[in-house]
Amino acid sequence: MSTAAKMTGNRTGMQTSPELAEELIEGATSATPSSKGDAQDIADYRGEYIAEGYPIGSLPTVPASEEGEADEDELGIAVFLDKLSERLAFERTGTRLYEALLNKCETLGETTPGPTLEEIEHIGREEMEHFLLLNETIAELGGDPTVQSPSADIAGVASMGIMQVLTDPRSSMAHCLQAMLTAELTDNDGWQLLIKLAENLGYNELTTQFEAALEHEEEHLQNVRAWLSDCVLDSAEA
Amino acid sequence: MTLDIFNEKGTPLDKQKFTWRELVQAPTSKLDDDAFTRVRIILMNGLESEALRFSHATARMMNGDFRLPLAQVRRVEQHQQTMVNWLLPADLSPLETTIAFEQVAIEVTASVALREPDEYLAQVYRFGLLEDFDHLYRFSALMDRVTGADANNIIQNYSDIMPGRPTIVEHRGPEDELREHYDCKTAHPLTKLHAATITAAENQTHDYYMTIGPMFADPIARQLYAEIASIEEQHTTQYESLLDPNETPLEKWLLHEAMEVYNYFGCMEYETNPRVKAIWERFCNYELGHLHMVMDLMKQIEKRDPAELLPQTLPEPIEYASHRQFVRETLNREVDLRAAGTAFIHKDEEAERAPLSIAYREQMNSEGSPSEVVAAGYTWTPGTELVEKKSAFAKGASA
Repeated sequence: MSTAAKMTGNRTGMQTSPELAEELIEGATSATPSSKGDAQDIADYRGEYIAEGYPIGSLPTVPASEEGEADEDELGIAVFLDKLSERLAFERTGTRLYEALLNKCETLGETTPGPTLEEIEHIGREEMEHFLLLNETIAELGGDPTVQSPSADIAGVASMGIMQVLTDPRSSMAHCLQAMLTAELTDNDGWQLLIKLAENLGYNELTTQFEAALEHEEEHLQNVRAWLSDCVLDSAEA
Repeated sequence: MTLDIFNEKGTPLDKQKFTWRELVQAPTSKLDDDAFTRVRIILMNGLESEALRFSHATARMMNGDFRLPLAQVRRVEQHQQTMVNWLLPADLSPLETTIAFEQVAIEVTASVALREPDEYLAQVYRFGLLEDFDHLYRFSALMDRVTGADANNIIQNYSDIMPGRPTIVEHRGPEDELREHYDCKTAHPLTKLHAATITAAENQTHDYYMTIGPMFADPIARQLYAEIASIEEQHTTQYESLLDPNETPLEKWLLHEAMEVYNYFGCMEYETNPRVKAIWERFCNYELGHLHMVMDLMKQIEKRDPAELLPQTLPEPIEYASHRQFVRETLNREVDLRAAGTAFIHKDEEAERAPLSIAYREQMNSEGSPSEVVAAGYTWTPGTELVEKKSAFAKGASA
């Protein structure tokens, strides 16, 4: 069965049933809200909670510093570990996302335009290698690679929908590529930021390794963008 | 079409089998399926959830003879519930599902209120209906203002999105939440089926909101779910109080099974999705199997004839259609009703006749009302209120 969108059957719009729609609008506009105000009232409420200042959670424990090290170095390493943990979590999830994409492509069959199985496997392998690189990096810095840092947690929340799209049997290849584009755009910027952090903290060897990872990610982004664009443009011509 | 529940034996319990693959079929489409298909799925999930709840409570209070048959039927109902609930798709968010839950509460309760032969119970249903009607409006405002989405994508024009009895005044003390129960010896069978159906639906709504409320990040969403879940608990208290406590546990079990047959049969009659319809038909037969098993238990253990309790053929099913005019008429006539004990009164009498409810309400609302905040000045608009430029960014916006 195809997962391509059909042109009939969608019932979500007002035009599905014009008479009922007219009644609905007439009812809504003739009613009076039970209190005055607008959406700003919600913002005010949310503001009260923001002001309470509870955090998502704490930064991972920083490795014991050598005697005489300045506090700002510890803070720098803590921020670095937090973002390393975020990237690690993202690459780990990214590997699973490409596994799901591979599964989709295997089942639906390779299409032109679109990625080949080999191309998906290539990207997935690199995502896994990046995960392993980060795992090793965190351990070498004295951190705990199994920690879920606040940034890692937030990255997981932010990308929840991507996993839902990739693992939904009903989503099309174009839907999946659209979701993967979101992931790759974020990933590219994530590596750029890690490189800057590594440079600022004087981790020259890491900077070089991360630049190599960024090169892979740039290629992933270009490919995903091109596959998506070609898929959508092609479907508009069909 | 009618169903003769004494001659139709359904599927025997030992033939009611599943596989995991069968339980998890392709879901319905949020975009393409009719809103009433979703309404039926949510209602039937609620009924199966009630089947398990009732069965567990009964098993904990009855003697050993009942434990095995209850467990046997319960195992099947667990899997019926799974197959039904898993028809909801993954792209239906918790808030979208909430909108659908309120549509169930409106359209199903309206149909029940219209057909209920007992005028007092009909009044109870109309009373609750206007409160759930208001919840749809509040949740629609939340959806629009927090997520930027339009609740009518789910409602599909069938139900109105406007204030009902304001949620802020729905908070009542337990003293004013209990109602008179029907008399099991004289009540019309439809009265019993209605009360069991609506109790199940409201209980499930409560449980759902209590599960998903903490999943929202936004504080106003968390507060709104806290507030409306509290009303759904009141509603569960209200509706279950309609059930006659003098019915024996076996009698109640019999009615539960009859109520499930009645509702699966109604779903079959109205269903437009052939794949879902086949599930309703299969489960109607499963429930007939359960019903006959309980009929036999009743004959053996209580030496009673189930024909004294059940009609030969089922009444007209719940009508799955828009009840807009009935809801609007009820709203115009009864929005100002309040409860005092088991009676319904005009709001002007509340201070004198229901002072505990007023005190309770003032306490709960003393630090603000989430349902008022979320819908302050809100009018549902096709495509969201941003179409009317109602946003913090309205100043300076072009076009």
